[in-house]
Amino acid sequence: MVGKKNPVKRALLYILLIVLTITTLTPLIWMLSSSLKLDKEVFSVPIQWIPKNPQWSNYSKVWEKIPLLTFTLNSIKLTVIITIIQVITSSFAAYGFAKCKFKGRNILFMLYVATMAIPWQVYMLPQYSLMNNLHLVDTHIGYILMQSFNAFGVFLMRQAFISIPDELLEAARIDGLSEYGIFRKIVLPLSKASATTLVIFTFVTIWNDYMGPMIYFNTELNKTIQLGIKMFIGQYSTEYGLVMAVSVLALIPVLIIFLIGQKQFVQGIASSGIKG
Amino acid sequence: MEKKAKKQKGVSLTLRQNLVGYSFILPNFIGFFVFIFIPVMFSLALSFSHWDGFTEIEFAGIQNFVDIFKDSVFRDSIWQTAYFTIFTVLFSVIASLGLALLLNQKIKARGFFRSALFFPYVASVVAVSVVFNAMLQPEYGPLNEFLKFIGISNPPGWLASTTWVIPGLIIVNVWRNMGYFMIIYLAGLQGIDQSLYEAAELDGANGWTRFWKITWPLLSPSTFFVVMMLVINSFKVFDLVWLMTNGGPGTSSTMISQYIYNQAFISWDYGKSSAAAMILFLIVALLTAFQFKAEKKIVNY
Repeated sequence: MVGKKNPVKRALLYILLIVLTITTLTPLIWMLSSSLKLDKEVFSVPIQWIPKNPQWSNYSKVWEKIPLLTFTLNSIKLTVIITIIQVITSSFAAYGFAKCKFKGRNILFMLYVATMAIPWQVYMLPQYSLMNNLHLVDTHIGYILMQSFNAFGVFLMRQAFISIPDELLEAARIDGLSEYGIFRKIVLPLSKASATTLVIFTFVTIWNDYMGPMIYFNTELNKTIQLGIKMFIGQYSTEYGLVMAVSVLALIPVLIIFLIGQKQFVQGIASSGIKG
Repeated sequence: MEKKAKKQKGVSLTLRQNLVGYSFILPNFIGFFVFIFIPVMFSLALSFSHWDGFTEIEFAGIQNFVDIFKDSVFRDSIWQTAYFTIFTVLFSVIASLGLALLLNQKIKARGFFRSALFFPYVASVVAVSVVFNAMLQPEYGPLNEFLKFIGISNPPGWLASTTWVIPGLIIVNVWRNMGYFMIIYLAGLQGIDQSLYEAAELDGANGWTRFWKITWPLLSPSTFFVVMMLVINSFKVFDLVWLMTNGGPGTSSTMISQYIYNQAFISWDYGKSSAAAMILFLIVALLTAFQFKAEKKIVNY
Protein backbone atom coordinates (compact mmCIF):
# COMPACT_ATOMS: atom_id res chain seq x y z
CA MET A 1 0.00 0.00 0.00
CA VAL A 2 2.99 2.27 0.37
CA GLY A 3 4.29 3.43 -2.98
CA LYS A 4 7.69 2.06 -3.79
CA LYS A 5 9.09 5.41 -4.74
CA ASN A 6 7.90 7.56 -1.88
CA PRO A 7 10.78 7.93 0.59
CA VAL A 8 8.78 9.93 3.15
CA LYS A 9 6.08 7.30 3.39
CA ARG A 10 8.75 4.62 3.62
CA ALA A 11 10.52 6.38 6.46
CA LEU A 12 7.20 6.78 8.28
CA LEU A 13 6.50 3.09 7.80
CA TYR A 14 9.83 2.14 9.40
CA ILE A 15 9.28 4.56 12.29
CA LEU A 16 5.81 3.10 12.88
CA LEU A 17 7.16 -0.45 12.81
CA ILE A 18 10.01 0.34 15.18
CA VAL A 19 7.67 2.10 17.62
CA LEU A 20 5.20 -0.81 17.51
CA THR A 21 7.94 -3.38 18.02
CA ILE A 22 9.47 -1.52 20.94
CA THR A 23 6.03 -1.03 22.53
CA THR A 24 5.30 -4.73 22.14
CA LEU A 25 8.61 -5.76 23.62
CA THR A 26 8.53 -3.20 26.46
CA PRO A 27 7.18 -5.63 29.06
CA LEU A 28 9.94 -8.12 28.23
CA ILE A 29 12.63 -5.44 28.14
CA TRP A 30 11.39 -4.18 31.49
CA MET A 31 11.56 -7.75 32.82
CA LEU A 32 15.17 -8.03 31.68
CA SER A 33 16.06 -4.64 33.13
CA SER A 34 14.30 -5.34 36.46
CA SER A 35 16.09 -8.65 36.79
CA LEU A 36 19.28 -6.66 37.43
CA LYS A 37 17.82 -4.37 40.07
CA LEU A 38 17.30 -4.29 43.81
CA ASP A 39 13.66 -4.71 44.84
CA LYS A 40 13.37 -1.06 45.83
CA GLU A 41 14.71 0.13 42.47
CA VAL A 42 12.22 -1.81 40.38
CA PHE A 43 9.49 0.81 40.73
CA SER A 44 11.66 3.90 40.93
CA VAL A 45 10.36 6.88 38.95
CA PRO A 46 11.46 7.73 36.30
CA ILE A 47 12.20 4.17 35.18
CA GLN A 48 15.88 3.37 34.81
CA TRP A 49 16.03 1.18 31.74
CA ILE A 50 19.69 0.45 32.29
CA PRO A 51 20.29 -0.18 36.00
CA LYS A 52 22.99 2.04 37.55
CA ASN A 53 24.58 -0.75 39.45
CA PRO A 54 23.44 -4.02 37.92
CA GLN A 55 22.72 -6.75 40.47
CA TRP A 56 24.20 -9.74 38.67
CA SER A 57 23.93 -11.55 41.97
CA ASN A 58 20.15 -11.83 41.44
CA TYR A 59 20.97 -14.53 38.94
CA SER A 60 23.02 -16.51 41.42
CA LYS A 61 20.66 -15.92 44.37
CA VAL A 62 17.72 -17.60 42.62
CA TRP A 63 19.61 -20.90 42.51
CA GLU A 64 20.19 -20.74 46.27
CA LYS A 65 16.73 -19.64 47.40
CA ILE A 66 14.79 -22.42 45.70
CA PRO A 67 15.90 -25.80 44.28
CA LEU A 68 16.00 -24.27 40.83
CA LEU A 69 18.44 -26.79 39.42
CA THR A 70 16.06 -29.65 40.27
CA PHE A 71 13.14 -27.71 38.80
CA THR A 72 15.04 -26.96 35.61
CA LEU A 73 16.12 -30.58 35.18
CA ASN A 74 12.52 -31.70 35.78
CA SER A 75 11.25 -29.24 33.19
CA ILE A 76 13.82 -30.41 30.66
CA LYS A 77 13.07 -34.07 31.33
CA LEU A 78 9.29 -33.69 31.08
CA THR A 79 9.40 -31.40 28.07
CA VAL A 80 11.78 -33.60 26.08
CA ILE A 81 9.96 -36.86 26.85
CA ILE A 82 6.50 -35.46 26.13
CA THR A 83 7.65 -33.76 22.93
CA ILE A 84 9.19 -36.98 21.63
CA ILE A 85 6.12 -39.10 22.48
CA GLN A 86 3.73 -36.55 21.02
CA VAL A 87 5.58 -36.12 17.77
CA ILE A 88 5.99 -39.87 17.22
CA THR A 89 2.48 -40.99 18.16
CA SER A 90 0.78 -37.97 16.58
CA SER A 91 2.44 -38.33 13.21
CA PHE A 92 1.89 -42.09 13.30
CA ALA A 93 -1.82 -41.59 13.95
CA ALA A 94 -1.97 -38.74 11.45
CA TYR A 95 -0.67 -41.08 8.76
CA GLY A 96 -3.44 -43.53 9.61
CA PHE A 97 -6.07 -40.82 9.36
CA ALA A 98 -4.65 -39.23 6.22
CA LYS A 99 -3.50 -42.15 4.09
CA CYS A 100 -4.94 -45.45 5.32
CA LYS A 101 -8.44 -46.73 4.76
CA PHE A 102 -10.05 -48.51 7.68
CA LYS A 103 -13.43 -48.97 9.23
CA GLY A 104 -14.56 -46.15 11.51
CA ARG A 105 -11.82 -43.79 10.35
CA ASN A 106 -14.02 -40.73 9.94
CA ILE A 107 -15.89 -41.21 13.20
CA LEU A 108 -12.68 -41.66 15.14
CA PHE A 109 -11.18 -38.58 13.56
CA MET A 110 -14.29 -36.55 14.39
CA LEU A 111 -13.84 -37.62 18.02
CA TYR A 112 -10.31 -36.21 17.99
CA VAL A 113 -11.38 -32.92 16.43
CA ALA A 114 -14.32 -32.54 18.80
CA THR A 115 -12.11 -32.86 21.86
CA MET A 116 -9.94 -30.00 20.62
CA ALA A 117 -12.83 -27.64 21.33
CA ILE A 118 -13.34 -29.04 24.83
CA PRO A 119 -11.76 -26.87 27.52
CA TRP A 120 -9.37 -28.72 29.80
CA GLN A 121 -11.40 -27.54 32.79
CA VAL A 122 -14.25 -29.73 31.55
CA TYR A 123 -12.36 -32.96 32.18
CA MET A 124 -9.59 -31.77 34.47
CA LEU A 125 -11.35 -33.16 37.51
CA PRO A 126 -12.20 -36.70 36.32
CA GLN A 127 -8.73 -36.87 34.82
CA TYR A 128 -7.34 -36.02 38.22
CA SER A 129 -9.49 -38.69 39.94
CA LEU A 130 -8.44 -41.23 37.35
CA MET A 131 -4.77 -40.42 37.96
CA ASN A 132 -5.42 -40.53 41.68
CA ASN A 133 -6.92 -44.03 41.40
CA LEU A 134 -3.92 -45.16 39.38
CA HIS A 135 -1.65 -43.61 42.07
CA LEU A 136 -0.13 -41.37 39.42
CA VAL A 137 -0.80 -37.98 41.02
CA ASP A 138 2.46 -36.33 42.07
CA THR A 139 4.50 -38.52 39.72
CA HIS A 140 6.21 -37.53 36.52
CA ILE A 141 4.78 -40.51 34.70
CA GLY A 142 1.24 -39.34 35.45
CA TYR A 143 1.92 -35.91 34.05
CA ILE A 144 3.61 -37.39 30.98
CA LEU A 145 0.60 -39.63 30.31
CA MET A 146 -1.77 -36.72 30.75
CA GLN A 147 0.09 -34.42 28.35
CA SER A 148 1.33 -36.84 25.70
CA PHE A 149 -1.92 -37.42 23.88
CA ASN A 150 -3.83 -34.53 22.45
CA ALA A 151 -5.63 -34.08 19.22
CA PHE A 152 -3.74 -30.98 18.13
CA GLY A 153 -0.63 -32.84 17.01
CA VAL A 154 -2.65 -35.41 15.07
CA PHE A 155 -4.59 -32.63 13.39
CA LEU A 156 -1.51 -30.61 12.48
CA MET A 157 0.41 -33.55 11.03
CA ARG A 158 -2.64 -34.84 9.16
CA GLN A 159 -2.92 -31.47 7.40
CA ALA A 160 0.67 -31.87 6.21
CA PHE A 161 0.22 -35.49 5.09
CA ILE A 162 -2.97 -34.81 3.15
CA SER A 163 -1.15 -32.43 0.84
CA ILE A 164 1.22 -35.23 -0.24
CA PRO A 165 -0.16 -36.72 -3.48
CA ASP A 166 -1.52 -40.27 -3.29
CA GLU A 167 0.15 -41.16 -6.61
CA LEU A 168 3.52 -40.87 -4.92
CA LEU A 169 2.52 -43.39 -2.26
CA GLU A 170 0.95 -45.66 -4.87
CA ALA A 171 4.20 -45.74 -6.80
CA ALA A 172 6.07 -46.67 -3.63
CA ARG A 173 3.57 -49.44 -2.89
CA ILE A 174 4.10 -50.90 -6.34
CA ASP A 175 7.83 -50.82 -5.67
CA GLY A 176 7.10 -53.08 -2.72
CA LEU A 177 7.49 -50.62 0.14
CA SER A 178 5.30 -51.40 3.16
CA GLU A 179 3.03 -48.76 4.71
CA TYR A 180 5.52 -48.32 7.54
CA GLY A 181 8.31 -47.88 5.03
CA ILE A 182 6.30 -45.28 3.11
CA PHE A 183 5.60 -43.43 6.34
CA ARG A 184 9.23 -43.37 7.39
CA LYS A 185 10.98 -42.93 4.04
CA ILE A 186 8.59 -40.73 2.07
CA VAL A 187 5.90 -39.03 4.13
CA LEU A 188 7.94 -37.99 7.16
CA PRO A 189 10.83 -36.41 5.23
CA LEU A 190 8.32 -34.41 3.17
CA SER A 191 6.65 -32.99 6.27
CA LYS A 192 9.63 -31.49 8.06
CA ALA A 193 8.14 -28.00 8.39
CA SER A 194 5.03 -29.29 10.13
CA ALA A 195 7.01 -31.67 12.31
CA THR A 196 9.24 -28.77 13.39
CA THR A 197 6.15 -26.71 14.14
CA LEU A 198 4.78 -29.49 16.28
CA VAL A 199 8.11 -29.89 18.10
CA ILE A 200 8.28 -26.18 18.92
CA PHE A 201 4.61 -25.94 19.84
CA THR A 202 4.77 -28.93 22.15
CA PHE A 203 8.07 -27.82 23.65
CA VAL A 204 6.79 -24.32 24.34
CA THR A 205 3.44 -25.51 25.69
CA ILE A 206 4.89 -28.10 28.06
CA TRP A 207 7.82 -25.93 29.17
CA ASN A 208 5.43 -23.07 29.93
CA ASP A 209 2.65 -25.17 31.43
CA TYR A 210 1.68 -23.91 34.82
CA MET A 211 -1.71 -25.42 35.69
CA GLY A 212 -0.81 -29.07 35.05
CA PRO A 213 2.23 -29.10 37.34
CA MET A 214 0.42 -26.93 39.89
CA ILE A 215 -2.39 -29.45 40.21
CA TYR A 216 -0.30 -32.61 39.85
CA PHE A 217 2.95 -31.96 41.74
CA ASN A 218 3.04 -31.48 45.49
CA THR A 219 6.48 -32.82 46.25
CA GLU A 220 9.31 -30.31 45.94
CA LEU A 221 11.44 -32.84 44.05
CA ASN A 222 8.85 -33.17 41.27
CA LYS A 223 8.18 -29.48 40.60
CA THR A 224 8.99 -27.55 37.44
CA ILE A 225 10.56 -24.19 36.67
CA GLN A 226 7.22 -22.41 36.15
CA LEU A 227 6.19 -23.35 39.69
CA GLY A 228 9.58 -22.04 40.79
CA ILE A 229 8.82 -18.58 39.41
CA LYS A 230 5.65 -18.47 41.47
CA MET A 231 7.62 -19.22 44.64
CA PHE A 232 9.10 -15.74 44.61
CA ILE A 233 5.66 -14.18 44.64
CA GLY A 234 4.42 -13.91 48.19
CA GLN A 235 0.98 -12.90 49.25
CA TYR A 236 2.23 -9.66 50.78
CA SER A 237 5.64 -9.15 49.30
CA THR A 238 7.22 -10.11 46.04
CA GLU A 239 10.95 -10.23 45.49
CA TYR A 240 10.74 -8.50 42.14
CA GLY A 241 14.42 -8.58 41.23
CA LEU A 242 14.59 -12.31 41.81
CA VAL A 243 11.26 -13.11 40.20
CA MET A 244 12.33 -11.27 37.05
CA ALA A 245 15.71 -13.04 37.02
CA VAL A 246 14.10 -16.46 37.25
CA SER A 247 11.56 -15.48 34.57
CA VAL A 248 14.39 -14.50 32.25
CA LEU A 249 16.11 -17.84 32.91
CA ALA A 250 12.88 -19.72 32.16
CA LEU A 251 12.58 -17.89 28.86
CA ILE A 252 16.03 -18.83 27.56
CA PRO A 253 15.28 -22.42 26.41
CA VAL A 254 12.14 -21.26 24.64
CA LEU A 255 14.09 -18.49 22.95
CA ILE A 256 16.73 -20.96 21.76
CA ILE A 257 14.18 -23.44 20.38
CA PHE A 258 12.27 -20.59 18.80
CA LEU A 259 15.31 -19.14 17.07
CA ILE A 260 16.42 -22.53 15.77
CA GLY A 261 13.08 -23.42 14.27
CA GLN A 262 11.70 -19.95 13.64
CA LYS A 263 11.46 -20.14 9.87
CA GLN A 264 9.77 -23.51 9.76
CA PHE A 265 7.60 -22.52 12.69
CA VAL A 266 6.21 -19.49 10.91
CA GLN A 267 5.61 -21.52 7.74
CA GLY A 268 4.05 -24.35 9.70
CA ILE A 269 1.57 -22.10 11.51
CA ALA A 270 0.68 -20.43 8.27
CA SER A 271 -0.04 -23.65 6.40
CA SER A 272 -1.76 -25.46 9.26
CA GLY A 273 -3.86 -22.49 10.17
CA ILE A 274 -5.57 -21.79 6.92
CA LYS A 275 -6.54 -25.18 5.68
CA GLY A 276 -8.13 -26.03 9.04
CA MET B 1 -13.19 -72.89 -5.71
CA GLU B 2 -11.42 -70.11 -7.51
CA LYS B 3 -14.21 -67.69 -6.67
CA LYS B 4 -14.02 -68.56 -3.02
CA ALA B 5 -10.31 -68.03 -2.94
CA LYS B 6 -10.71 -64.66 -4.58
CA LYS B 7 -13.37 -63.69 -2.08
CA GLN B 8 -11.19 -64.82 0.77
CA LYS B 9 -8.34 -62.86 -0.62
CA GLY B 10 -10.67 -59.82 -0.84
CA VAL B 11 -11.77 -60.21 2.75
CA SER B 12 -8.26 -60.67 4.00
CA LEU B 13 -7.15 -57.63 2.03
CA THR B 14 -9.74 -55.38 3.68
CA LEU B 15 -8.91 -56.97 6.99
CA ARG B 16 -5.24 -56.34 6.43
CA GLN B 17 -5.94 -52.77 5.36
CA ASN B 18 -8.01 -52.25 8.49
CA LEU B 19 -5.33 -53.74 10.70
CA VAL B 20 -2.60 -51.60 9.15
CA GLY B 21 -4.76 -48.50 9.67
CA TYR B 22 -5.50 -49.40 13.28
CA SER B 23 -1.85 -50.12 13.96
CA PHE B 24 -1.02 -46.55 12.96
CA ILE B 25 -3.58 -44.86 15.15
CA LEU B 26 -3.44 -47.30 18.07
CA PRO B 27 -0.50 -45.89 20.10
CA ASN B 28 -2.03 -42.43 20.17
CA PHE B 29 -5.61 -43.62 20.40
CA ILE B 30 -5.14 -45.69 23.55
CA GLY B 31 -3.69 -42.71 25.41
CA PHE B 32 -6.27 -40.36 23.98
CA PHE B 33 -9.12 -42.68 24.87
CA VAL B 34 -8.02 -43.39 28.43
CA PHE B 35 -6.76 -39.97 29.46
CA ILE B 36 -9.06 -37.64 27.54
CA PHE B 37 -12.16 -39.34 26.19
CA ILE B 38 -13.07 -41.32 29.32
CA PRO B 39 -12.61 -38.27 31.61
CA VAL B 40 -14.83 -36.20 29.30
CA MET B 41 -17.58 -38.84 29.52
CA PHE B 42 -17.09 -39.12 33.27
CA SER B 43 -17.46 -35.36 33.57
CA LEU B 44 -20.78 -35.57 31.76
CA ALA B 45 -21.97 -38.24 34.20
CA LEU B 46 -20.76 -36.25 37.21
CA SER B 47 -22.73 -33.20 36.17
CA PHE B 48 -25.87 -35.21 37.02
CA SER B 49 -24.51 -36.46 40.34
CA HIS B 50 -23.60 -35.35 43.83
CA TRP B 51 -20.01 -36.13 44.73
CA ASP B 52 -17.36 -34.72 47.02
CA GLY B 53 -14.62 -37.04 45.84
CA PHE B 54 -14.77 -39.35 48.87
CA THR B 55 -18.30 -40.54 49.63
CA GLU B 56 -20.43 -42.54 47.24
CA ILE B 57 -21.62 -40.91 44.03
CA GLU B 58 -25.35 -40.15 44.12
CA PHE B 59 -27.62 -39.45 41.19
CA ALA B 60 -28.83 -35.85 41.32
CA GLY B 61 -30.83 -35.31 38.15
CA ILE B 62 -30.59 -31.70 37.03
CA GLN B 63 -30.14 -30.37 40.57
CA ASN B 64 -26.56 -29.15 39.93
CA PHE B 65 -27.68 -27.14 36.92
CA VAL B 66 -30.52 -25.57 38.93
CA ASP B 67 -28.05 -24.73 41.71
CA ILE B 68 -25.42 -23.06 39.55
CA PHE B 69 -27.97 -20.92 37.75
CA LYS B 70 -29.26 -19.77 41.14
CA ASP B 71 -25.69 -18.79 42.01
CA SER B 72 -25.08 -15.16 41.06
CA VAL B 73 -21.31 -15.79 40.95
CA PHE B 74 -21.85 -18.30 38.15
CA ARG B 75 -24.26 -16.04 36.26
CA ASP B 76 -21.84 -13.13 36.55
CA SER B 77 -18.97 -15.36 35.41
CA ILE B 78 -20.82 -16.02 32.15
CA TRP B 79 -21.19 -12.30 31.43
CA GLN B 80 -17.64 -11.55 32.49
CA THR B 81 -16.30 -14.28 30.22
CA ALA B 82 -18.43 -12.99 27.34
CA TYR B 83 -17.22 -9.40 27.94
CA PHE B 84 -13.61 -10.57 28.03
CA THR B 85 -14.11 -12.63 24.86
CA ILE B 86 -15.84 -9.97 22.76
CA PHE B 87 -13.18 -7.33 23.32
CA THR B 88 -10.28 -9.78 23.11
CA VAL B 89 -11.57 -10.90 19.71
CA LEU B 90 -12.22 -7.37 18.47
CA PHE B 91 -8.86 -5.89 19.50
CA SER B 92 -6.84 -8.99 18.56
CA VAL B 93 -8.29 -8.95 15.04
CA ILE B 94 -7.52 -5.25 14.62
CA ALA B 95 -4.00 -5.56 16.05
CA SER B 96 -2.99 -8.74 14.24
CA LEU B 97 -4.42 -7.67 10.89
CA GLY B 98 -2.83 -4.22 11.22
CA LEU B 99 0.57 -5.74 11.94
CA ALA B 100 0.20 -8.24 9.12
CA LEU B 101 -0.62 -5.47 6.62
CA LEU B 102 2.44 -3.52 7.72
CA LEU B 103 4.70 -6.55 7.53
CA ASN B 104 3.38 -7.81 4.24
CA GLN B 105 5.25 -5.06 2.41
CA LYS B 106 8.71 -5.30 0.95
CA ILE B 107 10.78 -3.90 3.77
CA LYS B 108 14.16 -4.58 5.25
CA ALA B 109 14.48 -6.75 8.37
CA ARG B 110 11.00 -8.12 7.83
CA GLY B 111 11.99 -11.41 9.45
CA PHE B 112 13.26 -9.61 12.52
CA PHE B 113 10.06 -7.60 12.96
CA ARG B 114 7.92 -10.70 12.54
CA SER B 115 9.88 -12.69 15.10
CA ALA B 116 10.00 -9.83 17.59
CA LEU B 117 6.26 -9.25 17.37
CA PHE B 118 5.60 -12.98 17.59
CA PHE B 119 7.74 -13.48 20.67
CA PRO B 120 5.15 -12.55 23.35
CA TYR B 121 3.24 -15.64 22.26
CA VAL B 122 5.96 -18.03 23.44
CA ALA B 123 6.68 -16.30 26.77
CA SER B 124 5.34 -18.26 29.73
CA VAL B 125 2.09 -17.14 31.27
CA VAL B 126 3.62 -17.07 34.76
CA ALA B 127 6.39 -14.69 33.71
CA VAL B 128 3.94 -12.60 31.71
CA SER B 129 1.55 -12.33 34.62
CA VAL B 130 4.35 -11.28 36.97
CA VAL B 131 5.56 -8.59 34.59
CA PHE B 132 2.10 -7.22 33.82
CA ASN B 133 1.02 -7.35 37.45
CA ALA B 134 3.93 -5.04 38.15
CA MET B 135 3.43 -2.90 35.06
CA LEU B 136 -0.25 -2.38 35.89
CA GLN B 137 0.28 -1.42 39.54
CA PRO B 138 -2.04 1.54 40.11
CA GLU B 139 0.28 3.54 42.38
CA TYR B 140 3.75 3.25 40.95
CA GLY B 141 3.46 0.92 37.95
CA PRO B 142 5.20 1.96 34.73
CA LEU B 143 1.98 2.11 32.70
CA ASN B 144 0.27 4.59 35.01
CA GLU B 145 3.50 6.58 35.33
CA PHE B 146 3.43 6.85 31.55
CA LEU B 147 -0.25 7.86 31.55
CA LYS B 148 0.48 10.57 34.14
CA PHE B 149 3.43 11.71 32.03
CA ILE B 150 1.19 12.26 29.00
CA GLY B 151 -1.26 14.24 31.12
CA ILE B 152 -3.81 11.77 32.47
CA SER B 153 -3.97 12.84 36.11
CA ASN B 154 -6.25 10.10 37.34
CA PRO B 155 -5.20 6.85 35.63
CA PRO B 156 -7.22 3.62 36.12
CA GLY B 157 -6.67 1.28 39.05
CA TRP B 158 -6.37 -1.68 36.65
CA LEU B 159 -6.32 -5.01 38.48
CA ALA B 160 -7.21 -3.42 41.81
CA SER B 161 -10.44 -1.94 40.44
CA THR B 162 -13.62 -3.89 39.80
CA THR B 163 -14.30 -1.78 36.69
CA TRP B 164 -10.82 -1.86 35.18
CA VAL B 165 -9.75 -5.40 35.99
CA ILE B 166 -11.24 -7.02 32.87
CA PRO B 167 -9.97 -4.28 30.51
CA GLY B 168 -6.53 -4.83 32.09
CA LEU B 169 -6.75 -8.56 31.42
CA ILE B 170 -7.88 -7.90 27.85
CA ILE B 171 -4.80 -5.75 27.22
CA VAL B 172 -2.50 -8.53 28.40
CA ASN B 173 -4.35 -11.16 26.41
CA VAL B 174 -4.31 -9.14 23.19
CA TRP B 175 -0.60 -8.51 23.71
CA ARG B 176 0.01 -12.25 24.01
CA ASN B 177 -2.15 -13.27 21.05
CA MET B 178 -1.55 -10.74 18.34
CA GLY B 179 1.76 -12.13 17.05
CA TYR B 180 0.33 -15.58 16.47
CA PHE B 181 -2.69 -14.32 14.57
CA MET B 182 -0.53 -11.84 12.68
CA ILE B 183 1.18 -14.87 11.13
CA ILE B 184 -2.15 -16.45 10.17
CA TYR B 185 -3.10 -13.17 8.49
CA LEU B 186 0.28 -12.92 6.75
CA ALA B 187 -0.30 -16.35 5.24
CA GLY B 188 -3.73 -15.20 4.09
CA LEU B 189 -2.33 -12.01 2.56
CA GLN B 190 0.25 -13.97 0.62
CA GLY B 191 -2.54 -15.94 -0.99
CA ILE B 192 -4.12 -12.86 -2.55
CA ASP B 193 -3.50 -12.42 -6.25
CA GLN B 194 -1.45 -9.25 -6.77
CA SER B 195 -2.94 -8.57 -10.19
CA LEU B 196 -6.21 -7.62 -8.48
CA TYR B 197 -4.45 -4.68 -6.84
CA GLU B 198 -2.83 -3.64 -10.09
CA ALA B 199 -6.17 -3.67 -11.85
CA ALA B 200 -7.77 -1.67 -9.05
CA GLU B 201 -4.95 0.86 -9.18
CA LEU B 202 -5.51 1.34 -12.90
CA ASP B 203 -9.17 2.00 -12.11
CA GLY B 204 -8.04 4.70 -9.72
CA ALA B 205 -9.03 3.00 -6.45
CA ASN B 206 -7.24 4.47 -3.43
CA GLY B 207 -5.73 2.52 -0.51
CA TRP B 208 -8.91 2.40 1.59
CA THR B 209 -11.07 1.26 -1.30
CA ARG B 210 -8.55 -1.40 -2.20
CA PHE B 211 -8.52 -2.63 1.41
CA TRP B 212 -12.31 -2.79 1.76
CA LYS B 213 -13.04 -4.12 -1.74
CA ILE B 214 -10.17 -6.58 -2.17
CA THR B 215 -8.11 -7.34 0.93
CA TRP B 216 -10.82 -7.64 3.57
CA PRO B 217 -13.22 -9.84 1.54
CA LEU B 218 -10.44 -12.10 0.30
CA LEU B 219 -9.08 -12.46 3.82
CA SER B 220 -12.38 -13.75 5.14
CA PRO B 221 -11.17 -17.38 5.45
CA SER B 222 -8.29 -16.16 7.63
CA THR B 223 -10.61 -13.94 9.64
CA PHE B 224 -12.95 -16.87 10.13
CA PHE B 225 -10.14 -19.02 11.50
CA VAL B 226 -8.74 -16.22 13.67
CA VAL B 227 -12.12 -15.36 15.18
CA MET B 228 -12.95 -19.00 15.81
CA MET B 229 -9.67 -19.70 17.60
CA LEU B 230 -9.93 -16.49 19.62
CA VAL B 231 -13.49 -17.21 20.72
CA ILE B 232 -12.67 -20.77 21.77
CA ASN B 233 -9.50 -19.75 23.59
CA SER B 234 -11.02 -16.71 25.29
CA PHE B 235 -13.96 -18.69 26.59
CA LYS B 236 -11.52 -21.19 28.06
CA VAL B 237 -9.21 -18.54 29.56
CA PHE B 238 -7.83 -19.72 32.87
CA ASP B 239 -4.10 -19.51 33.66
CA LEU B 240 -3.80 -15.83 32.91
CA VAL B 241 -6.72 -14.78 35.09
CA TRP B 242 -5.90 -17.25 37.82
CA LEU B 243 -2.36 -15.92 38.07
CA MET B 244 -3.11 -12.22 37.68
CA THR B 245 -6.27 -11.68 39.73
CA ASN B 246 -7.49 -15.08 40.94
CA GLY B 247 -10.94 -13.92 39.86
CA GLY B 248 -10.85 -10.77 41.99
CA PRO B 249 -11.18 -8.14 43.28
CA GLY B 250 -14.19 -9.87 44.83
CA THR B 251 -15.54 -11.95 41.99
CA SER B 252 -15.32 -9.16 39.41
CA SER B 253 -12.99 -11.07 37.08
CA THR B 254 -14.18 -14.60 37.84
CA MET B 255 -14.49 -16.44 34.53
CA ILE B 256 -16.46 -19.66 33.94
CA SER B 257 -13.27 -21.73 34.03
CA GLN B 258 -12.33 -20.22 37.39
CA TYR B 259 -15.78 -21.07 38.74
CA ILE B 260 -15.28 -24.68 37.60
CA TYR B 261 -11.90 -24.78 39.31
CA ASN B 262 -13.15 -23.23 42.55
CA GLN B 263 -16.11 -25.58 42.81
CA ALA B 264 -13.86 -28.60 42.29
CA PHE B 265 -10.67 -27.83 44.15
CA ILE B 266 -11.86 -25.39 46.81
CA SER B 267 -15.50 -26.35 47.55
CA TRP B 268 -15.01 -30.06 46.65
CA ASP B 269 -18.39 -29.99 44.92
CA TYR B 270 -17.61 -32.11 41.90
CA GLY B 271 -21.24 -32.16 40.73
CA LYS B 272 -21.59 -28.38 40.49
CA SER B 273 -18.12 -28.10 39.01
CA SER B 274 -18.96 -30.61 36.27
CA ALA B 275 -22.32 -28.97 35.61
CA ALA B 276 -20.58 -25.63 35.07
CA ALA B 277 -18.04 -27.43 32.87
CA MET B 278 -20.85 -28.81 30.73
CA ILE B 279 -22.33 -25.32 30.35
CA LEU B 280 -18.92 -24.04 29.24
CA PHE B 281 -18.62 -26.93 26.80
CA LEU B 282 -22.10 -26.22 25.47
CA ILE B 283 -21.33 -22.52 24.94
CA VAL B 284 -18.06 -23.27 23.12
CA ALA B 285 -19.73 -25.97 21.01
CA LEU B 286 -22.66 -23.73 20.07
CA LEU B 287 -20.40 -20.83 19.18
CA THR B 288 -18.20 -23.09 17.05
CA ALA B 289 -21.22 -24.57 15.28
CA PHE B 290 -22.68 -21.11 14.76
CA GLN B 291 -19.43 -19.88 13.26
CA PHE B 292 -19.24 -22.82 10.89
CA LYS B 293 -22.76 -21.99 9.73
CA ALA B 294 -21.90 -18.32 9.38
CA GLU B 295 -18.75 -19.20 7.47
CA LYS B 296 -20.80 -20.61 4.62
CA LYS B 297 -22.68 -17.33 4.28
CA ILE B 298 -19.96 -14.79 4.99
CA VAL B 299 -16.71 -16.21 3.72
CA ASN B 300 -15.82 -15.25 0.17
CA TYR B 301 -13.45 -17.61 -1.53
